[in-house]
Amino acid sequence: MLLDLSRWQFGITTVYHFFFVPITIGMGFLVAGFETAWVRTGHDRWLKLTKFYGKLFLVNVAIGVVTGIWQEFQFGMNWSAYSRFVGDIFGAPLAIEALLAFFLEATFIGLWIFGWDRLKPWIHCATIWIVAVGGVLSAYFILAANSWMQHPVGFHYNPVTHRAELSSFLAVLTNPMTLVTFPHVLAASFLTGGGVVAGVAMWHLIRRPAAAGAGASAAGGAAESPAQAESVAAFRSAAKVGGITVLIAAVAAGITGDTLAKIMTTYQPMKMAAAEALYHTSQPASFSVFTIGTLNGSQEVFSIRIPRLLSFLAAANFNAKVDGIDNLQALYSRIYGPGSYTPIIPVTYWSFRLMIAVGMLAALIALVGLWAVRRGHQPRSRLLLWAVLLLPVLPLIANSFGWIFTEMGRQPWIVFGQMKTAAGVSAGSAGAVLASLIVLTVLYAVLGVIMVRLMVKEARAGLPDEPPAHEGEDKPLAFAY
Amino acid sequence: MHLSDLWFILIATLWTGYFVLEGFDFGIGILLPVLGRNDVERRVLINTIGPVWDGNETWLVTAGGATFASFPAWYASMFSAFYLPLLVIVAALIVRGLAFEYRGKGDTARWRRRWDAALFLGSLLPAILWGVAFGNILRGIRLDAAHNYVGSFFDLLNPYALLGGLTTLTLFVAHGAVFAALKTTGGIRVRARRLAGRTGVAAIAVTAGFLAWTESSRSGGTAAAASIALAAFAVAALASGVVAVHAGREGIAFADTAVAIAAVTAAMFTALYPDVLPSTINSAYSLTTSNASSTPQTLAVMTVVALIFLPFVLLYQGWTYWVFRKRISTADIPPAESSGRNSRPAGERERSPVRGSPARASAAWPPAERAAGDGGKGAAPGAVRRSRRRNQTT
Repeated sequence: MLLDLSRWQFGITTVYHFFFVPITIGMGFLVAGFETAWVRTGHDRWLKLTKFYGKLFLVNVAIGVVTGIWQEFQFGMNWSAYSRFVGDIFGAPLAIEALLAFFLEATFIGLWIFGWDRLKPWIHCATIWIVAVGGVLSAYFILAANSWMQHPVGFHYNPVTHRAELSSFLAVLTNPMTLVTFPHVLAASFLTGGGVVAGVAMWHLIRRPAAAGAGASAAGGAAESPAQAESVAAFRSAAKVGGITVLIAAVAAGITGDTLAKIMTTYQPMKMAAAEALYHTSQPASFSVFTIGTLNGSQEVFSIRIPRLLSFLAAANFNAKVDGIDNLQALYSRIYGPGSYTPIIPVTYWSFRLMIAVGMLAALIALVGLWAVRRGHQPRSRLLLWAVLLLPVLPLIANSFGWIFTEMGRQPWIVFGQMKTAAGVSAGSAGAVLASLIVLTVLYAVLGVIMVRLMVKEARAGLPDEPPAHEGEDKPLAFAY
Repeated sequence: MHLSDLWFILIATLWTGYFVLEGFDFGIGILLPVLGRNDVERRVLINTIGPVWDGNETWLVTAGGATFASFPAWYASMFSAFYLPLLVIVAALIVRGLAFEYRGKGDTARWRRRWDAALFLGSLLPAILWGVAFGNILRGIRLDAAHNYVGSFFDLLNPYALLGGLTTLTLFVAHGAVFAALKTTGGIRVRARRLAGRTGVAAIAVTAGFLAWTESSRSGGTAAAASIALAAFAVAALASGVVAVHAGREGIAFADTAVAIAAVTAAMFTALYPDVLPSTINSAYSLTTSNASSTPQTLAVMTVVALIFLPFVLLYQGWTYWVFRKRISTADIPPAESSGRNSRPAGERERSPVRGSPARASAAWPPAERAAGDGGKGAAPGAVRRSRRRNQTT
């Protein structure tokens, strides 16, 4: 009971937190890019885009920052046995993340928000770049910590203290798992941030006829005011920047994901077998796009299969042998003693596929959207309008499935081969965990609704007007809460 | 000196940074309903800490992460023992952090009032609960041989720990009042100064009582003499702060309350040493700097990282305070974001106070603006300009 509640709580709060993290990382760079374009060209369009997307960015950053505190605290609160066991290794990247990355992000975001009239433009622009770099640094260190749970390196087990102790910090930081997970998560973050930028811009471009008034829409935008024309031009730039970011990021996510699959097959073969629900070792192994079978996945009724693809995913060789769940279960029972070493197969099977499918769908929408809103064209398709609305949402779903796959696929281990999840939980009361699970879930749900409404409101508002000119000593602050 | 002792000092330093910095922004949050008589005044107060609160809070996240890395057993036992109080603290910090960013984005007075309440409660609860937590750390908790907490939630609410909570509360409120006096002009500044004197006196009484109790109950500690000296110094600094604020020397008063909070934190950690989390069941079960620490390898890596990067953090955070050093007046506050831009037809927004109850209507824009007129020097032109702009949008 205690274990299940703690796991549900970790899952819910982590998936929730990770809605905002990739938006922050990806959008941070895009907003920094817009501001850089403004500083270099002095063109008003880039300033408006910076301010417009900056607002969306900040609504998202705020909730990402505050939900991050719980992420750090719950290791000690709910997983204290785990924390004692791994603290010597796992704590260091977390502390370094706070010291190197969080301080940078938290301090310079304040300078960026409030510094418009206090800093020279290029210094102001530098602050958002520092925020963006801080986000990437934090991703690296937290992924080093997570990768260590997937594939522990650079440590030895001390039988006297009953804990894992550090042998080589360099080995922890250069864990092969970290080196491929990090670019994969970065690619996913750019796909997400680009999706928000492109989705909002394309939505504004496609809905334009309705917004311009009944008469103008029939004329196909012939009677456009200069301000409207400027807004269209700006959103077209944003759609291009965001859409191309999505496409590049999707290719990068595919390449890094493929590399990650091969590393995973080497160090966590059970996770690869679970991704395919491959019970019997096969050579070559096929990849099923879709399967209907029994709930535990052991018998299949119907499936669509691509021959040899799993062999290639696992080992870059269309003839490679891929170990099956039954064989690995027998192997692990011999090594680690009796027990189940198999994750929940339907969860791993579907989350793996949906991660890929939903990510690819986002890229497809970006491609179609880019084509539709190219210069001189005014798409009117209702379907496309709905599709581009999905562009900011789909990457979030793909990200979540990715994390559900990678964490559920590691089970029953909390640290692969070293500690089982059941052994890591705190000795506290299930009642307290139930209370926190309810409090956090309700709180997160309410705040999520508020956050989405604010995002929609800010997104609908369109580009900001020219700020009114103020003269003299008593001009108000350029920005205030 | 062992590396674990150095890390005990570094952890104490991080908590000191946290209490000194977030102490005043908790104080601002708690004083918001008292000092901010209308929406513009509340915005003045919020904007004194707007650019810096997030950086201030990062000291907590770093203290937590550094404790995990350098004293995993301490981190594990402390965070699991204080489960429910930490849940309340985290929930409070979540709504408080969002209040800063979201408060100005709504259209109605009710929206802003709700976020004001979130800001108030989100500041009040942690300001008390951190003191309660530190009271329990100093007093010791029921740790068994495996260092697991076996007491109940209500054991944590003992008189000594509650006095600790009152100590951090009064210290942070006084610190916040001094900060408000330092960073504002006009009416708010005058009222903040008056309030700083009163709350400062309360803080002296409560802090002196709590520290005296601490020193008498932990007199067996290795560094008891040093802790007593720090405690006396803390109370003296507070007294100096009250005198300084009375004399209108706000900068000196702020330095005094900052030093006082630092000295109180240092006194607590010095009294605690060499324990990090004492057990009240059996002193053999206590966690200490030696049995709770990481290996020397980990501590060495962390020491290098901390000694390189912590000075940078201090440098750029210090620069932030320099950039935003100017006092803020009611005239500095631009019109509410939602009224500056036409996200909705203006008429719809104007009607909203009328739809509400009379009490709600009185808290909304026009009366708030009238009240801003007596907000002090420089407020009137701002108010005039705001109303002119509003007329244009209507």
